[in-house]
Amino acid sequence: MTSPTARHPFALPLLLLAGAAALVAGVLLGPVSLSPAEVFAALVRGDSPSAGIVRQLRLPRVLLAFGVGGSLAVAGAALQALVRNPLAEPWLLGVSGGASLGAVLAVILGLPAGVSVAGCATIGALGAVALVYRIGAVAGRRLDTRVLLLAGVVVSFFAGAVTTAMLVVVDPFTFRTATVWLFGGFGGASWSALRQFAIVAVLPLGLLWWLARALDLLALGEETAATLGIDVDRTRRLVILATAVLTAATVAVAGMIGFVGLVVPHAFRWVVGPMHRRLLPAVFLAGGAFTVLADAVARTVLRPAELPVGVVTALVGVPLFALLLRRSVT
Amino acid sequence: MSLRATGLTVRYPGASVPALEDVSFALGGGELVAIGGPNGSGKTSLLRALLGLVPLGAGSVTLDDRPIVAWPRRALAGAIAALPQREEPAFPLTVHDAVLLGRWAHLGPVAPVRAADERAIAEAMSRCDVADLGPRGIETLSGGEWQRVRVARALAASPRLLLLDEPTAALDVGHEMALFELLRSLVSEGLGVLVITHQLNLAARFADRMLLLDRGHAVAEGTPREVLSADRLSALFGWPVAVERWHDGSPLLVPLRSGEPPRGPLANLPPTDEMVP
Repeated sequence: MTSPTARHPFALPLLLLAGAAALVAGVLLGPVSLSPAEVFAALVRGDSPSAGIVRQLRLPRVLLAFGVGGSLAVAGAALQALVRNPLAEPWLLGVSGGASLGAVLAVILGLPAGVSVAGCATIGALGAVALVYRIGAVAGRRLDTRVLLLAGVVVSFFAGAVTTAMLVVVDPFTFRTATVWLFGGFGGASWSALRQFAIVAVLPLGLLWWLARALDLLALGEETAATLGIDVDRTRRLVILATAVLTAATVAVAGMIGFVGLVVPHAFRWVVGPMHRRLLPAVFLAGGAFTVLADAVARTVLRPAELPVGVVTALVGVPLFALLLRRSVT
Repeated sequence: MSLRATGLTVRYPGASVPALEDVSFALGGGELVAIGGPNGSGKTSLLRALLGLVPLGAGSVTLDDRPIVAWPRRALAGAIAALPQREEPAFPLTVHDAVLLGRWAHLGPVAPVRAADERAIAEAMSRCDVADLGPRGIETLSGGEWQRVRVARALAASPRLLLLDEPTAALDVGHEMALFELLRSLVSEGLGVLVITHQLNLAARFADRMLLLDRGHAVAEGTPREVLSADRLSALFGWPVAVERWHDGSPLLVPLRSGEPPRGPLANLPPTDEMVP
């Protein structure tokens, strides 16, 4: 095997281009197809016919999709290093269970859709991570990632059971609303949602970038990481905090979009190598581009109806990933 | 720099007996100290305790008179490089990147990798005979190659003290000797080196001092000649061991087969020039 750095020296510039191309495609595609000329006109002149669609709907939507997808991929990559397992994903530490429980509770209680569902999901997500962390750091002992993993699984299961129990007794409409929300989507995208997301996401993203080299060391194992010079417990706490806030921020604006956070880091570790200074920017760009395209598909194939974007990421991504896996093995 | 442990006791949660009890130890620059003892005698626990990686039941560890736990881990890693016994990286790094991770103490979170860092990496790799492996994936290495890469990673930190836990475990005779010669030349450059090893014959010829552990207790400390006696080793390992002399006078251990007499022909050999390796 040759050095990934030597094999793909242009990976990052290419991904930057791909990200830009995905954003452009995302603005062009939709229930109403726009030509590049129309989009250009809408961008420079506020009174052009498509200005509303482009400026108020498409632009914030593709930017939000990019940020959310990129953030999920970064969170996934960081958690994979934390637990030293390529099967880790952003929902690992109980986030999914907690977010679903919060969201479904909000829907059932009839809280106004949008803000309060998102708010309850975020609270549920952060609450679940806090609980998982409490279980993982039992009685002042050092944080054990194996215990943490298991705690994430059991807390998710428990929250899932409560969620299911609640969904069984609600009326079909509420059930449908909750289920669609659980699969995620960018239907509620707006400039204010984008602003809200950006404000919350920028800190954990910056923190994870700052921790990139420490993640390299964490992936070597606890004892080696400590002897090479990081405070393992403190680094783990920071990674858990950053990924929890980041994932919860995506849940608040887009529900639960699966698959991106698991597969994008996994796939791009083959492309740019496992060093996180390269991997994190690469997966942010790739996860962003992938999610923008998935969202474009989600709102065009059944137009005027929309598929939950999580359905598209899985339907498109899984076969793609299976192919990649087969190629990497042979 | 001097690393000093006084009256160390380490007790793991749930264990009925302490892993280490009342062990004192010191390592300074310019000396090679070997630690031996049966499996489970506390060698690795001692190394962990010296690095501040396990809570102490009693006693203290200091580096330059400052408690080890008071050192920030990064500053500590710049002073003491260590090679844990076991390690399974989660992801397929290249050899060069694996050695680069040894520079963390100097690089920290954001500093760019400079020419001085690359020089330290290249020198460490060349001293460990892995200079040609740079672009290889570590998952493609043999056990011995990986072990040498890990030693190179420890050297890349440009440490003052080096603590190695069974560094020659997977090495062939040539690389085993090369590693001990490397440790000796590091010592002559002023480094202090501690090596945990089961290769008592190599320890006898390379180490300035030895410490033998048994069930968590220090049972002997001194020069190899003082420490390695047939009676002591036979009792320590629960197996009859003869101790002969190599021509330079260093002890040479020969574990006996059952029923074999404890004296061989080796002691009667006159020292000759042909026997100098």
